[in-house]
Amino acid sequence: MLASYLTLAAVLFCVGLYGVLTKRNAIIVLLSIELMLNAVNLNLVAFSKYGVHPSLAGQIFSLFTMTVAAAEAAVGVAILVAIYRARTSVNVDEFDELRR
Amino acid sequence: MNFNIDLTGEFVAFFVLAVCAIVGAVLALNFTKVVHMAISLAFTFISLAGLYVVLDAEFVAFVQVLLYVGAITILMIFGIMMTKHQGEGQEPTRPLLETLAAIGCLCLLGILIFAIRDADFPTEVGNLPADSTREIGKLLFTQMAIPFELVSVLLTVAFIGAIALAKKEEDPQ
Repeated sequence: MLASYLTLAAVLFCVGLYGVLTKRNAIIVLLSIELMLNAVNLNLVAFSKYGVHPSLAGQIFSLFTMTVAAAEAAVGVAILVAIYRARTSVNVDEFDELRR
Repeated sequence: MNFNIDLTGEFVAFFVLAVCAIVGAVLALNFTKVVHMAISLAFTFISLAGLYVVLDAEFVAFVQVLLYVGAITILMIFGIMMTKHQGEGQEPTRPLLETLAAIGCLCLLGILIFAIRDADFPTEVGNLPADSTREIGKLLFTQMAIPFELVSVLLTVAFIGAIALAKKEEDPQ
């Protein structure tokens, strides 16, 4: 049963990775990162039930991950809105200020 | 390598929810409108909450619904609404990049699945405490007290930073 959960998490992680690598809209990139974090959370919760030493530590770690993900999403959207004001674009391949 | 899986209620629930999660994630990558993508990912997050219930992690499931479906999806929709999201004309396709990314992701997936199938996991089912929410609360305020307080500091800093970043500056003229 544990292997099934790990496989599902691997599939979700790879879908999220593909989204991060190919999407141009920065909001979708942020959402794909959330998807990858969710895959990791699923692993943590699955190991907390089916691991070698079942305990609640995995669930608590996943709660911390969710909190950090929420903070990341808030700061990410704020940065996006600030960049959009300056550049009127949310496409990640147009954010090349540091290259000039 | 063994694929023999007995058809229990847990496996049926897992299978249905897993299909929902993967379909939501894959649809999110294929929709063209950004709002549709966000809603589709919310569907994936709800399916994952269901999986947490199957895994006896009710508290994590409720936090997932509150935080991801409630907060993060709404935040992303705010972000979509505050920026320009209508695709201007035809989006230039980048076939080389997309092919390379797909090949890389599939290679990673293959390696991961091979490693999972190859690993030797213990078979006995663990016995989590029956009232896991109460136990999580106890752990958070005894053993995990310092990380818990650090998380509150992190959240405060992050939200003050977000407000400072997104605050509209006064017009100079």
